[in-house]
Amino acid sequence: MEMLVASAIGVLTAAGIYLILRLRAFPVILGTAMLSYAVNVFLFSTGRLAVNAPPILTKTAESYTDPLPQALVLTAIVISFGMTAVVVMIALGAYLETGTDKIDIATDEEGDAA
Amino acid sequence: MDETSSFLPLIAAMPFIGALLPGLMIRAGRNVSALSAGFATLLALIMLILEAPAVMRGEVIRADIDWMPLLGLNVSFFLDGLGLLFALMILGIGLLIILYARFYLSKSDPMGQFYTYLLLFQGAMLGIVLSNNVLLLLIFWELTSLSSFLLIGYWKHLPEGRQGARMALAVTGMGGLAMIGGMLILGDIAGSYDLTVILAHGEAIKSSPMYMPALILILLGAFTKSAQFPFHFWLPHAMAAPTPVSAYLHSATMVKAGIFLMARLWPALAGTDAWFYIVGTTGLVTMLVGASIALFKDDLKALLAYSTVSHLGLITMLLGFGTKAAAVAAIFHIINHVTFKAALFMTAGIVDHSAHTRDIKRLGGLAAFMPITAVIATISALSMAGIPFLNGFLSKEMMLEEAAHTVWLGNHWVVPALATFGALLSVAYSLRFIAHVFLGPKRDDYPAKPHDPEFGLWAAPALLATLVVLIGIFPQAIAAPLVALTSGAVIGGEVSYLHLKLWHGVTPALYMSIIAVGGGAMLLWQHKLLERIWLATPRPEAKRLFDLFVDGLVTVTRSISEVLHNGAISRYLAVFVLTTVSLGTIAFLGGAHGAGGRELLSIPAPAFAAWGLLVVAAISVVTVHRRRFLALVLIGVIGLTVSLGFVYLSAPDLAMTQISVEIVTIMLMLLALNFLPKETPKESSVLRRSRDAIIAIASGGAIAALSYAFMTRDFSTISTFHLDNSYTGGGGKNVVNVILVDFRGFDTFGEIIVLGIAALTIYALMEALLSGPASRKLTTWVFDQPKSRDRHPLMMVVVTRALMPIAIMVGVFVFLRGHNDPGGGFIAGLIIAIALLMQYMASGFVWAQERQRMEYHTMIGLGVLIAGFTGIGSWFAGKPFLTSAFGYVTLPPLEKFELATAALFDLGVFLTVVGAVMLALYSLSRIARRAGETVNVEAMDYDPSEVQSTSEDT
Amino acid sequence: MNHWIIAPVILPALLAPVLAAVMRHDIVLSRVFSLAGTIALVVIALGLASLASSGGTFVYELGNWPGPFGIVLVLDRLSALMLLITSVLALIVLLYAIGSGWDKRGRHFHPLFQFQLMGVSGAFLTGDAFNLFVFFEVLLIASYGLMIFGGGGMRLRAGLQYVVMNLAGSTLFLIALGTLYAVTGTLNIADLAVKVRELPLEDAALLRVAAMLLMIVFAVKAALFPVQFWLPATYTNAPAPVAALFAIMTKVGAYAILRFYTTVFGPDVDATGSMPADWLMPAALITLVLGVVGVLGARRLVPLASFAVLASMGTLMIAISLFTPQATMAALYYMVHSTFAAAALFLLADLIISRRGDNADWLKTALPISQNGLLAALFFLVAIAVSGMPPLSGFLGKLLVLDAAQSSVDMALIWATILVTSLVMVVGFARAGSVLFWKSSTLKTEAASESSPYIEPIPTPVLPIISAAAPIVVLILLTVFAGPATNYMQATATQLFDISGYVNAVLGAN
Repeated sequence: MEMLVASAIGVLTAAGIYLILRLRAFPVILGTAMLSYAVNVFLFSTGRLAVNAPPILTKTAESYTDPLPQALVLTAIVISFGMTAVVVMIALGAYLETGTDKIDIATDEEGDAA
Repeated sequence: MDETSSFLPLIAAMPFIGALLPGLMIRAGRNVSALSAGFATLLALIMLILEAPAVMRGEVIRADIDWMPLLGLNVSFFLDGLGLLFALMILGIGLLIILYARFYLSKSDPMGQFYTYLLLFQGAMLGIVLSNNVLLLLIFWELTSLSSFLLIGYWKHLPEGRQGARMALAVTGMGGLAMIGGMLILGDIAGSYDLTVILAHGEAIKSSPMYMPALILILLGAFTKSAQFPFHFWLPHAMAAPTPVSAYLHSATMVKAGIFLMARLWPALAGTDAWFYIVGTTGLVTMLVGASIALFKDDLKALLAYSTVSHLGLITMLLGFGTKAAAVAAIFHIINHVTFKAALFMTAGIVDHSAHTRDIKRLGGLAAFMPITAVIATISALSMAGIPFLNGFLSKEMMLEEAAHTVWLGNHWVVPALATFGALLSVAYSLRFIAHVFLGPKRDDYPAKPHDPEFGLWAAPALLATLVVLIGIFPQAIAAPLVALTSGAVIGGEVSYLHLKLWHGVTPALYMSIIAVGGGAMLLWQHKLLERIWLATPRPEAKRLFDLFVDGLVTVTRSISEVLHNGAISRYLAVFVLTTVSLGTIAFLGGAHGAGGRELLSIPAPAFAAWGLLVVAAISVVTVHRRRFLALVLIGVIGLTVSLGFVYLSAPDLAMTQISVEIVTIMLMLLALNFLPKETPKESSVLRRSRDAIIAIASGGAIAALSYAFMTRDFSTISTFHLDNSYTGGGGKNVVNVILVDFRGFDTFGEIIVLGIAALTIYALMEALLSGPASRKLTTWVFDQPKSRDRHPLMMVVVTRALMPIAIMVGVFVFLRGHNDPGGGFIAGLIIAIALLMQYMASGFVWAQERQRMEYHTMIGLGVLIAGFTGIGSWFAGKPFLTSAFGYVTLPPLEKFELATAALFDLGVFLTVVGAVMLALYSLSRIARRAGETVNVEAMDYDPSEVQSTSEDT
Repeated sequence: MNHWIIAPVILPALLAPVLAAVMRHDIVLSRVFSLAGTIALVVIALGLASLASSGGTFVYELGNWPGPFGIVLVLDRLSALMLLITSVLALIVLLYAIGSGWDKRGRHFHPLFQFQLMGVSGAFLTGDAFNLFVFFEVLLIASYGLMIFGGGGMRLRAGLQYVVMNLAGSTLFLIALGTLYAVTGTLNIADLAVKVRELPLEDAALLRVAAMLLMIVFAVKAALFPVQFWLPATYTNAPAPVAALFAIMTKVGAYAILRFYTTVFGPDVDATGSMPADWLMPAALITLVLGVVGVLGARRLVPLASFAVLASMGTLMIAISLFTPQATMAALYYMVHSTFAAAALFLLADLIISRRGDNADWLKTALPISQNGLLAALFFLVAIAVSGMPPLSGFLGKLLVLDAAQSSVDMALIWATILVTSLVMVVGFARAGSVLFWKSSTLKTEAASESSPYIEPIPTPVLPIISAAAPIVVLILLTVFAGPATNYMQATATQLFDISGYVNAVLGAN
């Protein structure tokens, strides 16, 4: 199981990285979304894996999985949701204002690169 | 021996205080401005003279104020012979310059500024010569560079002024920075930045391995300031400054600072071979170079500038010899040079002022028109030439005397010969200054009719010329005490026997002088011929080289930074990822790593299937990412799979959150995509794509390995505490939720604020867009997708309306159970938000809007405030922020549930989430409506034809 | 427990929603409250600074849960100092934003501004690694809002880049934290400090990875080579007051490095040892060089200012990378200096731009601007400060750094870099200044005389000029009172290197 999770994280990351290296805003945003999946699973896995041991206190359960990483992931998910919303809107705004959704800014466009 | 004085800091501060006056006083007129400047200087001078007797008695006056004891930088001054001499020159000449400038500057020149700059500079110079702390000295040192920058560039409209100023700043600033290094090293060796301490450690310094670097760094400072070869080129260009400035900077002050420093540090640095060969030789070369250039300059000020370079070389050479006698000669020549050179600059200024030219070729025969000026000039120039009965003669004799028995690399004649030649050249250009300007036939083609100026303008030089004569005739009476005292301070000890007199008897020096004078006259006689030869021989033009260098540097730096920071974020990210992966790997390999002993979970078939689905989806996102809708759908699939994984791996809360966030995100992206291109063009080359693929795979592999590495090893975590205390301390069975709202509620507080800010940002952005060029674009928007005739299918409208109350029920339920079972404010909020979203999609935003009870801004604000005040509430229980309290309530038909302040906090979360999501959506919808998307106001009863028409006329 | 410790976070956090929800239609009300809040923040920061100067380390256990299980805020000299810098800078910037009317050029300036302050204060106060992440996100998302404030195509595109870069950074932050937790099983900084020093040798490799990744995360914030590329374009396109406020943002990264690589991964930790210093020092040196290269090569004033910020970060990080108490003292002094110097530069640049019309900040000859003399004088002072010439604090700071570097093995390299770059910086500023203020008078020579300056038709308000000059006043104070300042900072450095003191304060002496 661990191998599956690890490789899944790897695949998601690789896909995400490839996408954020694209030249248009949209794929880059998709990339960040992928990366946030990857990092959520990664963060989750830091509590190690366990089956049928949800951290809900009951009389019967003999073991619980580590609840802390889950809490952290929840926070991370919410934050990355906010971030995604903002970046989508900024990308949209940039496109509507300038007519291009290129992510790179060529020196001549700006007059001065810096 | 030492005595402290309250005067000393005041003397040093006086010019700076005074610097404030002229700028203000200018409103009261030019005279008042000049007077205020003069008054400040005079006051300082008087205080100095009051101190003089004590110094003459051989006492050293000190004053110390702590500034940065930790660094060893303190405001500590001391006044000994050397300091006194220079302070007298700085203030004395300064006073004369202020007088002279008052009459020199024209109506259009801002005089207030001038005097402010001048006093700033004067203060900086004074600081240098009084400092008893090398770091303090450095500060004043750089201040002279800065203030001289302002003075030289004073005539802003002259390009020469600006360029000269920049060059002076660059060169002397460079020296100053080098000197910082040298001084820090000295301090390190001596164990203190106290100058007196450093001077006392002369032997230790000279024997230290760091002596050479220190020496070179400090000499860099001194040579650049004193315009020693090869740094001499900045000085002539500084002549673009108004003449009073030139007279001040290049006779008494700026350029003398380097000389002063070498004299000051003489006990600590001089006496070694290194010192002799570096300083002595540089001085000698500078003397010759300066003199020979001076001979062929037609601009009066340029001639004087190079003569200054030459005489500075002479003094440097004497200091370089490293013998006490030579040091004495150097000091004496410093005094003499100040007197005649300042006078000469001022007369040059007078000539320029009245004849409106400084070009020797256009002058001559001025003696008849301006006799007073002519007399002053002649006396001073003869002194510069070293003619008997004038002070220049005496010190030049002493110089030649020293040169006569100086051995250079075992060679007995080279130094004397070259010294004589230098003197010879100096005779030549001095005589030329007299002959070609004042003597010769009268001319009638002067740019303006020359005449003697008003008294105010010639008073200062006249006074100096008188000094020249007096010292020349009665050296012992006037100069000797000061010279003895000063030299004593320099060589650190009493000057055994000093007798300044005209007639030394028939010495080698006398023959050398005679040769010099004779030869000089010859050169002047043959000047035309020599000039032709001079002009014929090619010479490197320093300014051109300097400009080429700087411009080249600018071009290079510009291209570097513009290539590196060319706005290609895709490259920045690539660099970032590569750095991370490689450094991470390096870090890993640098430490020991033991394989983990944790026994692994088995892989059931469904898990494997899900994994397969995930991998396939991820890969296909990459491959089809150009088709954006498709890519979005695939992203959804991935999110779904991930949340399934969470369910399987005992994280129900994560699963619920993931899935609901998923839906909202995708919805927002879809809406945004309406206004973005539907396809991503193929832009990057195969090469680039494969590069990115490699980076991507490398990073994927790295993180997979990393996670596998720790998943396979056991560890001990603090979360056992959370499991143990969740129910007893937090009153909840759902530990994750208790962590979120209680143990780590502060994180959640920050998290909802992030959401709130996100919403505000989006709203503000949309406002900006709709008032910007984008709005024009939107009003003429054409949807590139065929719109469904019926934007609000009745079926969906009904369903969503029916769904709404159910959704709300579910939301409330999820919210309430959250504390004990999977759920909670955030998920509940998203559920409600989704329900509202569907309402919007089905019935149109206007309809939804009209039925909206609360403004979204208010909802967000309220949410954060509720959460915040819940936290603050615990203060009244004397507990820290966010301390929870709880009790249990039974409310049929619902199961017995608990009422905790944490629940109130969760309510805040709930409101913020709903508000944030809806505000973001609302902003988007406003774009949609600006783009003319049809929205039916009365959703239930509409007539398709209506919609049709509206959709047609858009 | 002293509730004032959390005030710098709660005050703006509660003020902002009020500004956003209740006062968003009333600019005057927003300004009054925003200003009042910021002034209150300054007062609170002063109080906390005096509290911290007693030398104690004060802990605030949120939710009344003891560390390491709950989140704790920790107030010591360092965090108090950072809070003070932040609040004073914020007040100055806010005054300028109001005076120049920047805050009216878009929506929600004041709420975003307050949220930004909340994020920064939280980052400086928290004693929990993950909570630090949360506050990073708060200050980042607020900074996104401020960065694109007022909109405009180029600003939005630059903003998009800024956001994307930081999204990548945040992702790495989570990865680093995850690794750290996976190895140590804790998130509390003090607890980390303990665990890291107890861990068995076989965990060294993973620990080093965590340390390295975390360092890269902070390096992105501090704009260190090779992850500094985002800074110039961001600062150049951000609204001037925001760019001035961002002077503190880079310092957040510097602060985090200072905190983590002394307390947690200090030089005394076997697993990591000198690894952080070995990688930070070269990065810092290169950053400094790239900064001055940009300054000399800049065609416009604002990019010049941005690169000057880069250079100052280089110098600052050189001092930090030495990781000795003496060098840290130097670093702290230089940090205060560079923060206000940068702010002054950006505000002044905006004043100049607002008077140059179409020429904007292009370094080319144009008609002399109104108040040419005054602005020239201010520019001269700021240039002196930024390029580290005497007599202002920049020079003292550099002396401190050079002095501290004497003990280092790289002394020669460090000295050469700092001294040479200073010279290039001076040349760069001299060129810019003479073009902006002197050359202009060639076009209108009589304007060169102060008595008859070229007067713009529109009257110029005084508040912007005062608030733009305010940071310079701070620098002058920092120079005059360099003695007391350095004393406080030495005490701060000493406290920072006293790890057991910190740990005992947070976890109790158990």
